[in-house]
Amino acid sequence: MSQHILLRHRDIPHLDRLEVYQQHGGFEAFRKAVTSLQPTEVIQVVKDSGLRGRGGAGFPTGLKWSFCPNTIWPHYVVANADESEPGTFKDREIMESNPFQFLEGLMIAAFAIQANTAYIYLRGEYWHIGKLLDQKIAELEAAGLLGEGLFGTNYSLRLYTHMGAGAYICGEETALLESLEGKLGQPRLRPPFPAVAGLYARPTVINNVETLANVPPIIQNGAAWYRDFGTDKSPGVKIFSLSGHVNRPGNYELPLGTTFRELIYNYGGGIPEGRNIKAIMSAGASSTLIVADERALDTPMDYESLVGLGASLGSASVIVLDETVNMAWLAQKTTHFFKHESCGKCTPCREGTYWMTHILDRIVAGKAAEADVELLQAVAGQMQGKCLCALGEFSILPVLSSIQKFHSDYLEKVATPSLEVQS
Amino acid sequence: MNALRAQYPEEVERILAKYPAERKRSAVMPLLYLAQRAEGYIRAQDLRDIAEICEISITDVASIVGFYTLYYDQPLGRYHIQVCTDLPCALRGAEDFLRQLSEKLGIGVGETTPDGLFHLEEVKCIGACHRAPVFQVQGDGEIVFHENQTVETALAVIEALREQARAAKGEQA
Repeated sequence: MSQHILLRHRDIPHLDRLEVYQQHGGFEAFRKAVTSLQPTEVIQVVKDSGLRGRGGAGFPTGLKWSFCPNTIWPHYVVANADESEPGTFKDREIMESNPFQFLEGLMIAAFAIQANTAYIYLRGEYWHIGKLLDQKIAELEAAGLLGEGLFGTNYSLRLYTHMGAGAYICGEETALLESLEGKLGQPRLRPPFPAVAGLYARPTVINNVETLANVPPIIQNGAAWYRDFGTDKSPGVKIFSLSGHVNRPGNYELPLGTTFRELIYNYGGGIPEGRNIKAIMSAGASSTLIVADERALDTPMDYESLVGLGASLGSASVIVLDETVNMAWLAQKTTHFFKHESCGKCTPCREGTYWMTHILDRIVAGKAAEADVELLQAVAGQMQGKCLCALGEFSILPVLSSIQKFHSDYLEKVATPSLEVQS
Repeated sequence: MNALRAQYPEEVERILAKYPAERKRSAVMPLLYLAQRAEGYIRAQDLRDIAEICEISITDVASIVGFYTLYYDQPLGRYHIQVCTDLPCALRGAEDFLRQLSEKLGIGVGETTPDGLFHLEEVKCIGACHRAPVFQVQGDGEIVFHENQTVETALAVIEALREQARAAKGEQA
């Protein structure tokens, strides 16, 4: 795409400076919202745009904003900047290089639900970004864009950063709220949903960084303009984080509905050293493996089409796997990740990820028999549908899909079980 | 006397100001980072000080230290060299990178150099998958990314940190 909507810093040098951002229309959308629109009108434009949550769940953003009851106050907005899915590094680029567009989106969201306080929950590893955002927030306060009585209205807004400390689970929105309240990052039972009882049991909207960065251009240019990008059911643009076996890994902002082939071969430059592609993960480690056949490569990357492949778009973290990858090894890698990140609250996830790593370690070390693959499948099956949040549910996707679609990779590993196992 | 408050009066107030007055517990994570800044780990006294400021039990504070990976309850080395070997990094040679770095430093993963300066760790995804091999250095109250690394560039980073520590020691003397 020649002109970016989200990664505009690639077209405009120094967009991370307030004066440059303002020279290019920055904070006009926020000013327009606060001075000339009703909160319900802002929500309606976002609803009409068809914008869906870019953190992974794909829930309609405007609808989410409309759920906050006007009978319970105060309301809060929390930006989910806990980007931690293996293969995902898009929010980071927005915050590092186009921070004001993200902050403006957050400010518009706050106005839309009449929140006077918004928090940005960042993963601890993004320490440098936390410092950068603190500095940008201070600049906005000095410029009169944050604080009391904005633009001569009675609307006031303050933003604060809050650093996480190395826990993937805090990307799950209720675990994030627990963490922000100073507790262990463990998911809450729902209902109540955060829109009714979120931070400090108050109505709370939690949006991903990329979702929020979409908001200023939507308010500025209108819903119809945004719908010109992407597909009918998945309007707009998306940042695809491309990693793994590609020549040019990185972030690519493309319309939803772009095919895997275009992303991997045109933008990503194809597979290194002319090797063949074997599989694709579309949602980071939380993916059902997609066999990279012709049909899959020509599948448009949007919410609906991915479901058609038995997969999901998630946060659009595309990990490319070439023919050198053994999928039992891959399942071992992802399972170790989920075992480490399981918060321990639900027994099926805590114990299931533990036992899956043990079985997979044996398989990959060549110390297992074929029956162990069946055992692995059984353990994964026992976790399915029994966990409070998606972590446990997602942990079994690479395991089950690798067994199902790449069974020979397992057979290769268990072909010659050592005496150790048989004894 | 609250030692943490005495040592960092302004920072403690700035942290508390972020949250509603009746929600002091929210300050526990930023206060733990503050307490960890000087020595690189959380001491028993820090737990008491933070519990007092946040108006929660010492056990509550300790549970937070135990749950989150970026807090330490013992001195493991001034600089934590944290190498990501998750799937996307592993596809770009991160496991080999860690193995070689470990050999060059002469310590295993999870071990500290004899001078107490470097602790080598294998960590989960840090959000730099497209620039693997990558590692971050946690120490002196900061976390700094180092991307597109080779063993040689990583050793240069480590050598620079060693120099920095030596110079700081010289200033103190």
